[in-house]
Amino acid sequence: MSATLRAGSGRRGQLARRSRWLGEAGAMAFGVLLAIWTLMPLYNMVLVAVQQKEDVFSTNIWPPAPTLESFVAVWHETYWLLANFWRQMGNSAFIGIAVAFLTLAIGTLTKFTISRLRIRQGPLLTNAALLTYVIPMSFLAIPFYGIMRSYGLADNAWSVIAVEVTFATPYAIFIFQQYGASIPYELDEAARIDGASPPQIYFQIYLPLMAPALVAIGTYALLLAWNEYLYAFLLLSSEKTITVPVALGKFLNSDEAPWNYLMAAAIIYALPPLVIYYAFRRHMSSGLTMGGVKG
Amino acid sequence: MSISTTMGVAAPSSPARRQVWRGGLLGRDYLWALAFIAPYVAVFLLFVVYPVGYGMWLGSDIASYRALFADPVYPSAVLNTLIFLAVGVNLKLFLALLLSGYFMRKGWWVKTLLLVFILPWAVPGIPSFISIHWMLNGQWGLINNTIWDLFQMDGPPWLDQSTLAMGSVIYGYIWKWLPFWTVIFLAGRMAIPRELYEAADVDGATGIGRFLHITFPLMANLYLVCTLLSLIWTLGDFNSVHFISGGGPALSTHVLATLGIRDAFELGDPRMGMAAVMSALPLLIPLVILLMRKLSKGEVQL
Repeated sequence: MSATLRAGSGRRGQLARRSRWLGEAGAMAFGVLLAIWTLMPLYNMVLVAVQQKEDVFSTNIWPPAPTLESFVAVWHETYWLLANFWRQMGNSAFIGIAVAFLTLAIGTLTKFTISRLRIRQGPLLTNAALLTYVIPMSFLAIPFYGIMRSYGLADNAWSVIAVEVTFATPYAIFIFQQYGASIPYELDEAARIDGASPPQIYFQIYLPLMAPALVAIGTYALLLAWNEYLYAFLLLSSEKTITVPVALGKFLNSDEAPWNYLMAAAIIYALPPLVIYYAFRRHMSSGLTMGGVKG
Repeated sequence: MSISTTMGVAAPSSPARRQVWRGGLLGRDYLWALAFIAPYVAVFLLFVVYPVGYGMWLGSDIASYRALFADPVYPSAVLNTLIFLAVGVNLKLFLALLLSGYFMRKGWWVKTLLLVFILPWAVPGIPSFISIHWMLNGQWGLINNTIWDLFQMDGPPWLDQSTLAMGSVIYGYIWKWLPFWTVIFLAGRMAIPRELYEAADVDGATGIGRFLHITFPLMANLYLVCTLLSLIWTLGDFNSVHFISGGGPALSTHVLATLGIRDAFELGDPRMGMAAVMSALPLLIPLVILLMRKLSKGEVQL
């Protein structure tokens, strides 16, 4: 009796082990499919970039003779559509950095005034930010085109910077609100008793304690601006002022576009955000998913 | 992507403390406060109030609506917008919810896979969408080349037929945004206390039971808020459509966001473009109101 019982439980254990093993194998197989799904368009970028122009128009799913020629062409700007590539990279970088800096400055100043100085109009400002946050960005593209002209900012990087700051700041204010709630208010009170003025509290207490949130929002704003296409396309026009995504779009629309150059340029353009993203990943995801669900 | 619990409600502080500070915010401090909020107020007035007002004015011309409704592209753009929202957003979020469960598994390879999986989110959209556009080329694209190599047959002309082209746009959109929402739901799942699952295990709950009775009820609010936010953002999505199908073939895959830009800048009629955008408001405004209501209850923090 006890022998059969033991045999039975042994078999059951074996079954459980086997089903766990099957589950793990199934999960791995699914993981492989997921990796293929994820990497397919990215592999396609590399595949096109490392082929000769003529080889792109072929049935290759593997580069027959990989070459870095197209990257060299982009690097030295030897193709006419790429003549200002590095300048355009510079434009993208300038806009990105300016947007990050301004978003941080305006966002922290506003949030500091609302929650630390406790200005009476605080809820009004928060609602204004919320209103901005729920407007789809592209819906204002048409009026912005006319308005930037009337502000004298046509074909000027500052027009794009202004738009990006406008749409990045509300998000910054909300993240600062959540993060700033954990900074004890007694610090401000103690500083006040010692005679500190609001700017001193802002610079010496508030900003240093907000550092992790500043990193998260700085990265967010930088990447938002770096990735922007529509506003850069509408508000910038000359070869010297446009950003890289606009140049890529022009490339795409020109007849007889050499796809290998286009993809090589696209890869170079995608690398800086990729590096920044993975370097600051922890800050980003903690900033973006701060809170999660409140049980 | 953050919304706080206290939005639209007065600052959460004890009344006693507020009074102390009300007294403190006088004279010089009040001037400092005004100086500190001046940049944001200026941004709001110059770049939110003015464009919104100007846009409404542009979109207030009845004649441009008449022209818009007479445009044969318009009904198909409305239909495409609805399909894009209904299929794209819901499929994406449902897959993200399932995948977030998958990424809760333990093991080094799951963590590595997650790093790979978030690549589409980290790579800028334009290069990816251009790549997808070329990958789906009927003649020389990677997908049809692969189909040919595997099955010796011609793949479908992905971007040359309107249903397939709309499907391609939705594919590219899901590919790009799935990682972001998966990470959001992953954070939501991690916030669920372990003990709940342990208690369920003791009661003999199976995988599906755990999902139906613990995970889903606790995530339902987050899921709803994410759906609303995602609907609002997707309504304004220009890049996926513009770069993957370009609105083609024969203008059959335009959505309202791309149609507005096309009317305003390709046809040179900003009033008609703004009318196309404004015609999305009956959809946008209820979504915004629902979202506000959900958020002001403070049940969900994103």
